[in-house]
Amino acid sequence: MPTKIEKDAITGTDTTGHEWDGIKELDTPLPKWWVLVFYTTIAFAAVYSILYPSWPWLNGYFHGLIGYSTRAEVDKGLAAEKARMAPMAGKIGAAPLAQIEKDPDLLNFAIAGGHAAFAENCVPCHGLGGAGSKGYPNLADDDWLWGGDLDNIYKTVAFGVRNANANSRQGDMPRFGADGILKPEQINDAAEFVLSLNGKSTDAKAAERGQQVFADNCAACHGAKGEGNVELGAKQLNNGIWLYGGDKATIVQTITYARNSSMPAWSERLDPAAIKMLAIYVHSLGGGK
Amino acid sequence: MMAALVHAEPVREEAMAANSDVEGVRAPHAPTPLYANRVKVYPMRIDGAFRRVKWAVLAFCLALYYLGPWLRWSRGPGAPDQALLIDLPGRRAYFLGIEIWPQEVYYLTGLLILAAIGLFLATSLLGRVWCGYACPQTVWTDLFMLVERLIEGDRTERMRLDRRPLSPRKAGRKLAKHAAWLLIAAATGGAWVFYFQDAPTAVRQMATFSASTETYFFFALFTTTTYLLAGWAREQVCTYMCPWPRFQSAMLDEQSLIITYEAWRGEPRGSHKQGASWEGRGDCVDCLKCVAVCPTGIDIRDGQQLECIGCGLCIDACNTVMPLVGRPGNLITFDTLANQQARAQGKAAQYRLLRPRTIVYASVLAVVCAIMLGALLMRAHLGIDVLHERSPLYVTLSNHEIRNGYTIKILNKTHAAETYALTLRGLRAYSMSVVGNPATGDANHPLALRAEPDTVATYRLYLTAPRAALAGESTPLTFEIEEHVTREAAARDSIFLGPER
Repeated sequence: MPTKIEKDAITGTDTTGHEWDGIKELDTPLPKWWVLVFYTTIAFAAVYSILYPSWPWLNGYFHGLIGYSTRAEVDKGLAAEKARMAPMAGKIGAAPLAQIEKDPDLLNFAIAGGHAAFAENCVPCHGLGGAGSKGYPNLADDDWLWGGDLDNIYKTVAFGVRNANANSRQGDMPRFGADGILKPEQINDAAEFVLSLNGKSTDAKAAERGQQVFADNCAACHGAKGEGNVELGAKQLNNGIWLYGGDKATIVQTITYARNSSMPAWSERLDPAAIKMLAIYVHSLGGGK
Repeated sequence: MMAALVHAEPVREEAMAANSDVEGVRAPHAPTPLYANRVKVYPMRIDGAFRRVKWAVLAFCLALYYLGPWLRWSRGPGAPDQALLIDLPGRRAYFLGIEIWPQEVYYLTGLLILAAIGLFLATSLLGRVWCGYACPQTVWTDLFMLVERLIEGDRTERMRLDRRPLSPRKAGRKLAKHAAWLLIAAATGGAWVFYFQDAPTAVRQMATFSASTETYFFFALFTTTTYLLAGWAREQVCTYMCPWPRFQSAMLDEQSLIITYEAWRGEPRGSHKQGASWEGRGDCVDCLKCVAVCPTGIDIRDGQQLECIGCGLCIDACNTVMPLVGRPGNLITFDTLANQQARAQGKAAQYRLLRPRTIVYASVLAVVCAIMLGALLMRAHLGIDVLHERSPLYVTLSNHEIRNGYTIKILNKTHAAETYALTLRGLRAYSMSVVGNPATGDANHPLALRAEPDTVATYRLYLTAPRAALAGESTPLTFEIEEHVTREAAARDSIFLGPER
């Protein structure tokens, strides 16, 4: 408790009146500049809280007199970026794919833009750099389900695969086992034959039997030697590249239940320039034909 | 606790009484405040040998600084023609015929090492000559003091002016001084920004208010700091802000030349009547002229001190007085402490420039100079960087061959477009292709790649090799480029990845 405020002889300053075991405390005034800064910060805070969004209400908050909002700032930045890219994006939207590929400026812009769009929309399934994963084709190799030239890639991106879009890629593989079209032994033989196309068969006799099964049931789409058909999205089966896996158990499962994976029609979500840039970017990943 | 203190008190007093003639050097006499107001320094005008050297160095340094950005240096078309230019947006630094890319910022490190060792050597030989003559703080303070003297008069007039109440005349003088200071400060801030962009263009842009925000910001920043540091802060920068005075003593020894007072012949000091005998007294007539001219306001007769910047103006001051009273000059002198000791004992002075310290500093300086020079002479005009694609690490093609993707960056540091031949070591058979470029290459045919003048050309390269050519999961290889005409070459190691065997 403050007891007695006295004047300190040496400094000429009052004490606070507190005393602990004979030790007294000087009541030295704060430096003037410090006090000024302190009051300035209080004044700043008051002005700030009036100008900028600050006080919370029960069902909202005070928006501030100058109507600042961070979200609006982001929107403004995005709009500015879009406006900055508009001339190039417009050129890409207007130019045919083949012409974009021949113009280095357009090509670089399209690859960069396609890279960004790919990262945002395609990477979750196809992986970074189009590396692919089980069930999602690798886009960097030269094996294409629906064709690897620019126009085909564009069409696949724009309209997708096996979806409700009128222009979507369509092609159904029957469920040979589940629907009872083939018997389990026949499926086993066909699988051995598919393995033999890649030099991986371990049962030559089964593979020989399987050739007939393959010719009767599979060759119509996949070709007599498993060369595939990009018109129907029928996978090439003789190049060692597999979408779901090349071991026998997986091949048997594929024949039994079929694989009819799908992809969205991106023209329903992205603007035409973005689709073109995506096609060019995917084409540049190394496998484009 | 209280009781103990009370008891302790008489014991302490007794002890003090017993040893009243013994006192530590730091014994408190009176409570000294932790803070003291600055005592304003009014340096007096002086002329002499040291002052003339100081003027010459000042003129040289300022001319170099203000005119530097205006020097031109032809580098051919497409390159800036400013002799000294740090082009930050363009990522280039130009110094006469030398051009530095950001990758070569170690030249800057070398320069800083040279500056540091040079400072060490100069200090161990000549004391704080940097502080006294060449430091920007000293140079600009000196310039500001000159302007101050021209407008407000010399020391006594300035002191009188400051003591006088404000009058139109005083206000006019002060206004003129600060206007002149601000003008010099603005020229200084202006020159600074010119080192970072084309000077003539920048002047035009600044005059028409169309220069970049950064230009105005740094112009304002350096104008303000020049005005404040040289006009107001002055010696306080050296005493309180600069770290150099704190550790310069580590470079000084008794063989370093420093500004010092010959106490052995100056003391005992005192005023001297003309014709009176010099017997039994020192040469110092205690005229305090050495204190009056000192830009940091110290008394050199107190010995070596932190505040002394080693400018030698006190020597000039003393040397104007000594002839008048008929005593030998250089009572304040530029000498070593060892010599002072020798002279005091009547022995001959001896200068030892070669000491372990100076030999080490000089040889380090020579080595760093040689390394820098060698690096500059052997500076490559091209470079190659190779980034192996990480996703996917490798791709198996339909024909069972393996393909890897790389980003190849070719650094063309010349000012002409060049074509390079890209070859590969480490693979028996391979083929190369580049996105957006019809050229291809293989084991027998190098791939031709082009790089525009003074740019980094980036190519996305696909390298395909048959499985048989691979050493295993990872095959080490080296990309090599060779310039077509000069045959200058550069190489970069990388790897080729494939599936497990």
